[in-house]
Amino acid sequence: MKELSVSNLLGIKYLKEEDLHLIFETADQFKEVINRPIKKVPSLRDITIANLFFENSTRTRLSFELAEKRLSADVINFSAASSSVNKGETLVDTVNNILAMKVDMVVMRHPNPGAGVFLSQHIGASIINAGDGAHEHPTQALLDAFSIREKYGQIAGKKIVIVGDILHSRVALSNIFTLKKLGAEVKVCGPNSLIPRHIESLGVKVEPNLIKALEWCDIANMLRVQNERMDYTYFPSTREYVQQYGINKSLLDTLSKPITIMHPGPINRGVEITSDVADSEHSIILNQVENGVAIRMAIIYLIASKIKNHEGKPHH
Amino acid sequence: MSQKLILNTKEIDIILQRLACQLVENHKNFESSVLIGIQPRGSFLADRLHKILEDEYNLQNIPYGKLDITFYRDDFRRGDKVLRANETDIDFIVENKRVVLIDDVLYTGRSIRAALTALQSFGRPSRIELLTLIDRRFSRDLPIQPDYNGRKVDAINNEHVKVCWKENDGEDAIYLLKN
Repeated sequence: MKELSVSNLLGIKYLKEEDLHLIFETADQFKEVINRPIKKVPSLRDITIANLFFENSTRTRLSFELAEKRLSADVINFSAASSSVNKGETLVDTVNNILAMKVDMVVMRHPNPGAGVFLSQHIGASIINAGDGAHEHPTQALLDAFSIREKYGQIAGKKIVIVGDILHSRVALSNIFTLKKLGAEVKVCGPNSLIPRHIESLGVKVEPNLIKALEWCDIANMLRVQNERMDYTYFPSTREYVQQYGINKSLLDTLSKPITIMHPGPINRGVEITSDVADSEHSIILNQVENGVAIRMAIIYLIASKIKNHEGKPHH
Repeated sequence: MSQKLILNTKEIDIILQRLACQLVENHKNFESSVLIGIQPRGSFLADRLHKILEDEYNLQNIPYGKLDITFYRDDFRRGDKVLRANETDIDFIVENKRVVLIDDVLYTGRSIRAALTALQSFGRPSRIELLTLIDRRFSRDLPIQPDYNGRKVDAINNEHVKVCWKENDGEDAIYLLKN
């Protein structure tokens, strides 16, 4: 019987290729579950999960909460904006106070890279990283890869270009780790100022020319320009960015073959992609959102199965 | 480990014919009845019965599905065994239908309990019946009994009933394994 090689999901970096396949195969079954008339299974009815969001999120947070509820877990939500974090409490203290309420699993989004890894060294509960700064966003990368697998049957050999703000993107890093482990070819494309130095060491190629990148790829994953993480001006103007790195319908029509368009959301319509592209038949953006629930159910289920509960004995 | 043959290919064939016959006796033309095999092992038995009903009783178009109960089991996180899911394939709803649940071995009854819960996700059946090939009587944890049964077997707890199917294991046979 296979199980995950890890008991926390801190980043894709820590996963093996077999872990990725196990997650996808489990998510296939959950995708069937969430398309039933009654979309709920009782597996996690004795598990309590805390969603700790120290940074804003709509999609990821709703997706996690829905996944937890569909697995019958008890859920508590916490957001930094309305909490004692503003009064100066440390991360470990905040989390330990929540764990004192007998919580088994923590889903955490945090603005600081490595927050999940740090927390895993200080607490006993299982941790799922829902995004840590510009570091990793493992569940997003898994749902992206799952959506590619769904459309193309497999990921190995596929050509994927990630376009936009690679420097500030946790989605880009987790996607690169995932796709490389699964045998895809990956290029990144964006203004020089938004491409991290030494990114080639991750096994990806840099293609500064958008047209060439799109002509090469099967799938383009369009990232949002993360203005909130930018401490100074990385490109002269939004207008110039759109002209060089934005995708619109007429640009796609000039390509020799149709390509699949992905976007992790939220979309800045008219910046990285125009509305006619986002809503076109080649876009799988809403499939990504649907798959997000199935993937998160699979991850929570597989991580929870590592929390052993022998006849109700306390397990932390 | 020793193994004893309980049923050979011929005996299994006779039992399958009898079970199919009993189903027809109770469900006639299967107008509002459905067959559901419990994944993974019950589906082999359900496949066979479905085929006999089609070929020998000319009952085409009986709604037939496969139900995976992994997410409904009551031993999640309670053993060292990781529960791995199988495919569920039910493309109809069971509202007001007579459902025949099909599994190979009835032991503690816990799988059937999980299947009854899982089935609720597909509607409210008018009636649920249980068909099993082997009934390990005297080893039930829950008040669950089969409506149709192949063979009753007395086996103690460290014994294991192994059901082999030609399509999966190379032969139709049922063994009792002893540690």
